[in-house]
Amino acid sequence: MKNYFKILRPGINSTFQDTGRFGLQHLGIAPSGCMDKSLFFLANKLVGNEISEGALEFAYQGPLLELVGESALVAVSGKVNFNIINNNGEIKQGIPYESFILSSGESLDILSTIDSVYGYLSIFGGFKLEKTKGSISTLVRAKIGSNNGEKLRLDEKIFFNKSSQNSKINKFKFDFENDTTIRVMKGLQYDYFSKKSQGDFFSKEYEVTKLTDRMGMRLEGKKLENMKSKNIKSEGITKGSIQVPGDGQPIILLSDHPTIGGYPKIANVITADYDKLVQKTPGSKLKFKLTDLSVAESAFKDYIKKLNFF
Amino acid sequence: MLKKISNIGDCGITCDFGDEVNKKTNKEVIKLFNFIDESVKNKKIRGILNYTPSYNKLIINFDLEQVKSKELIEFIKSNDYSKTIFSEQSKILEIPICYDEEFALDIKRLEEKTKLNFNEIVKEHQNTDFFVYMIGFVPGQPFLGDLKNNLYHDRLDTPRVKINKGSVGIVEKFCTIYTFESPGGWNIIGKTPLDLFNIKNKESSLLSPGDSVKFKSVKKKDFLTFKNEELF
Repeated sequence: MKNYFKILRPGINSTFQDTGRFGLQHLGIAPSGCMDKSLFFLANKLVGNEISEGALEFAYQGPLLELVGESALVAVSGKVNFNIINNNGEIKQGIPYESFILSSGESLDILSTIDSVYGYLSIFGGFKLEKTKGSISTLVRAKIGSNNGEKLRLDEKIFFNKSSQNSKINKFKFDFENDTTIRVMKGLQYDYFSKKSQGDFFSKEYEVTKLTDRMGMRLEGKKLENMKSKNIKSEGITKGSIQVPGDGQPIILLSDHPTIGGYPKIANVITADYDKLVQKTPGSKLKFKLTDLSVAESAFKDYIKKLNFF
Repeated sequence: MLKKISNIGDCGITCDFGDEVNKKTNKEVIKLFNFIDESVKNKKIRGILNYTPSYNKLIINFDLEQVKSKELIEFIKSNDYSKTIFSEQSKILEIPICYDEEFALDIKRLEEKTKLNFNEIVKEHQNTDFFVYMIGFVPGQPFLGDLKNNLYHDRLDTPRVKINKGSVGIVEKFCTIYTFESPGGWNIIGKTPLDLFNIKNKESSLLSPGDSVKFKSVKKKDFLTFKNEELF
């Protein structure tokens, strides 16, 4: 176990993630998994891994890590400002979407994501992680998964598998989706809301607030008026559901969502727009656009096609 | 009886068993849950990621790359799941609870709303034989029923951002135990020192749907010195 990263700064919310942990929602275990699947896949492809290999996800400010041991092929995906610091302390600006060799003693300083929230660090051969009930994903709230279910912490070591075989540099061009329209389908309790509020939901802007994390995104905007009942019988939750509690301000449930919830849901974000959604920073303004199942399914086809293109 | 199947976004469906929340309806939900579980394990249907039972609904999530809602809905409609066995478990668990004012965050509001005093609320809660309807929200969290209607109360208009682990809350005829620190909107009446969930166990959750639960009051000093190991 001589190949590892030493964590010199953990970052704000750095966790190991893969595509998620499934089949346990009936015991209250959320799927979790990477927030932005496109960037996660891309990070793995850049270093030649299987696309489902565990990667390090960071939000806003990422970690500062020093490589100890053999050099390794690594890559950063996302709109990310990062530096590579060599043994002499010289600083070189890093380039996202381009894999590179990091040598022993060199550090990777992931300073921040730019106008976005999440980015990924991958390494050829993968990090040394153990699966818990089928996945390496970390669910911090329940202390489940890699790194004892915790975010990265200062001074800890994260080990990776020996990776010297691959030194093939890959480079992709990735266009971030900047538009602010999020397509949704009607939620199970859409009819609970007044005609006026249904209209407001699709015409007014909603602002992403600071109370946003891997579990949910709280929005602020025109109050949504519930005409029927502010409480429903608690029912299973699906990622991307937009629930509206009694105060009339919507909350979008994200990857670490509660498995069951008792607030009415006005809409559901379609899968093809989820990656775009989770990258919206607090203060961003969103607009929701109503769509139907057939449009959502064909948008998903295009989304997958785009992912497979890389 | 299964009343209606609807889409939830593009990668989920809900099987709705009607508005009634009682053991009979819940057992129908569990039957369909068991049927889907068998079908997944026997590879009769592919792409199913999660199937989550609640009081009166079963929500099924799937991988849109492998299966679409139309196919899944047809699969459910063309199979007779009603013969699937519901295994009624007879486990009765006694759960210690401390109703000290430090933990019973919403008892004052409940006293006002229900016109019952603190002792009456506590007595009513302890005398209830609870049935476990479902597990969820966060890992291992049980949803229990049924309280008598004199304790009924709505959830909070704005959910709390943080509720401590072990907190016991009520809403309408239901009672829950927060197994992790989390946000939530239930009326908190006390706290248990008992751990209901451990991911390292083969069965991670201490309770399963269909179990029975009774609460037993403990003093604050016993709450503070409670050791979970003694119970396992």
